[in-house]
Amino acid sequence: MGIKSYCFKKSLWLYHFAGASCNNCDIEVLDCLTPRYDVERFGMLLIGSVRHADVLLVAGSINKKCKSRLLEVYHQAPKPLVVVAIGACGITGGVFAEGNTFAGPVDKIIPVDVYIPGCPPKPEAILAGIVNFLNKS
Amino acid sequence: MKQKTIIPVGPYHPLQEEPELFKLFCDGEIVTDIEWETGYNHRGIEKINESKTFEQVFFVVERICGICSTSHPFAFANAMEEIAQVKVPDRAKYIRTIIAELERIHSHLLWVGLAGHFIGYNTVFMWAWKYREPILDLFEIITGNRNSYAMFKIGGVRRDIDEKDYSKILKILDGVKPKAEMLMKAVIDDPVIHMRTKGIGILTKQDILDYCAVGPTARASGVDVDIRRDDPYAAYPLVNWKVIVTQEGDVFAKAVVRFLEIFESISIIEQCVEKLRKDPPGQIDVKVKNIPEGNGAGRAEAPRGEVFHYVITDGSNSPVRHKIRAPSYVNVATFKKSCVGQTISDATLALAAVDPCYCCTERMAHVYDSRTRQRVLDGRGLIQLSQQRTQTLKKNLFGKNT
Amino acid sequence: MDTQEFIDFMKFKFKHNVQRAFLRYRNRVLIDIEKDALLKVATFLYKELNFRFIIATGLDNVKAFEITYHFSNDKTGLLANIRVSIPKKKPEVESLTPLFVAADWIEREIHELLGINFLNHPNMRSLLSGDNWGAGEYPYRKPVSE
Ligand code: SF4
Repeated sequence: MGIKSYCFKKSLWLYHFAGASCNNCDIEVLDCLTPRYDVERFGMLLIGSVRHADVLLVAGSINKKCKSRLLEVYHQAPKPLVVVAIGACGITGGVFAEGNTFAGPVDKIIPVDVYIPGCPPKPEAILAGIVNFLNKS
Repeated sequence: MKQKTIIPVGPYHPLQEEPELFKLFCDGEIVTDIEWETGYNHRGIEKINESKTFEQVFFVVERICGICSTSHPFAFANAMEEIAQVKVPDRAKYIRTIIAELERIHSHLLWVGLAGHFIGYNTVFMWAWKYREPILDLFEIITGNRNSYAMFKIGGVRRDIDEKDYSKILKILDGVKPKAEMLMKAVIDDPVIHMRTKGIGILTKQDILDYCAVGPTARASGVDVDIRRDDPYAAYPLVNWKVIVTQEGDVFAKAVVRFLEIFESISIIEQCVEKLRKDPPGQIDVKVKNIPEGNGAGRAEAPRGEVFHYVITDGSNSPVRHKIRAPSYVNVATFKKSCVGQTISDATLALAAVDPCYCCTERMAHVYDSRTRQRVLDGRGLIQLSQQRTQTLKKNLFGKNT
Repeated sequence: MDTQEFIDFMKFKFKHNVQRAFLRYRNRVLIDIEKDALLKVATFLYKELNFRFIIATGLDNVKAFEITYHFSNDKTGLLANIRVSIPKKKPEVESLTPLFVAADWIEREIHELLGINFLNHPNMRSLLSGDNWGAGEYPYRKPVSE
């Protein structure tokens, strides 16, 4: 067992970063916490500081102003870290890719491990994405 | 000089186009001033729209704000129909109204949940979001997606509501109503919530007029403005409902307005479904061949207030200029009035009362000591501060009783 | 006051400052006024007739800049669009922020996106870009063709 899979064996703590999103993705992430989906039964917890996180969820396109914030957050996070790009915006920029402030999809800025497509992805899809990744590693 | 602490709240605040960084200037516990910086969520949507065709613009404006993903297309459709001078068929009007009101219910429930979380009542958060799920299911039944419904087009709607879905809609709404009532009782009768929300973040009538605020924020301060009634569109003039207005202007009043609006919305939807049931399935859109040169303004009442779209066309098939005003654009500015003079733990709640999407506040809020620039409290701490306050109040209150 | 009365009234009240006033559609009135009369007209609408300011739209129509101020009367549902034209040589116009705070953000935004100066605005910092991008470039200006 490599160190990476060892680190991700137990409860994962999630940190949620919203870029220039339409906040649908953010709400679906929050939705995962609520009774119907309830990720806490897997020991997953949404936390307030990236310094304690195992997983960085990035939703929304990244614009010029929040790009530096994303980098800052990424550097503060303990490694190894799983970076998840959520939604069309996180993966390619979606409808906002043509905007004059667009600063590139997430994987041009930080390395991304998991892509969860959808606009917005359903909570089930978000869960399935992370679980798939864990099973693979 | 007197020592002041600056508390940045934000910057991630993905309300409409603008998540913002709020800087609370504090003197001890009291907020003395507030300043903001926006642009973290600026996506240049107005500019993007200039290169899209009118049909495509609907999909972009839907993604301005995930929660208001009906209101923006609604206002845009109103604006375009004004330019092209089309009359929307009645059936489409009812369907539009149903979608818009469902959105209001889910948005208000979402707000109740987050506000509950902020004052440390996680039960309310979990309840409200649980009872919001059936509404999202309804969206999935009607439109095929939980959010971003893609229902609107110029001259009508894209999908009809199937006859066998009528009963499903009514059944789910019947299920939501008692739950919303229970939730409302739990919130409105709770003495601790009274202490936390009454007299907090008061906006007077004059403040609302100065800031030109709209929606529940204005209606909770006794300013009777509702675009659904003032500039009637879609099926609103055809059904019975009333505008909820309260006078106090504090956080509690805003909660009351939102709760009562949920029930109004349910009643509007029920009436619309009844009307649809009576009419045999018919036309749901009219063909619009070309859009002439001109300008058009469209308004719609989103859960948070008036959405305003102004479109200038030149006879081609994309807009020359498309101006969008989301309600939070004016409502957020009222923080200057509602937060100043409050304690830090109440300021968070006053910020929340306007209902920008503040799921972000809990992620990126940090408290800096202005002398050392060291972080003393992070977003978590800020909420904890607010939650602790509730705990203390609770102890004092019930300690006395027992 | 219905729409036609409103148009006549504005024409009567501001006489030659009103260049054109007409009913655009149903309840929407479009009034072209002279740039210098903006503050006067806005004060009148806001203070006397209790109109609510909605937003302003800035546009570069190649010949000149154009700002449309949208006001709404919630009693009657009347929507008044007050349009001023601003010459490109000297892009300046009176600010409405001293009159109502609601104009603060939008004026800063127009200043940033179109480069129009608002006179007497208390705080003309840029709203969106915050030093990261956009200094000296105005994304909403149309490219000048030779
Ligand atoms: S992917 Fe879609 S839902 Fe998610 S933030 Fe982007 S536009 Fe919104």
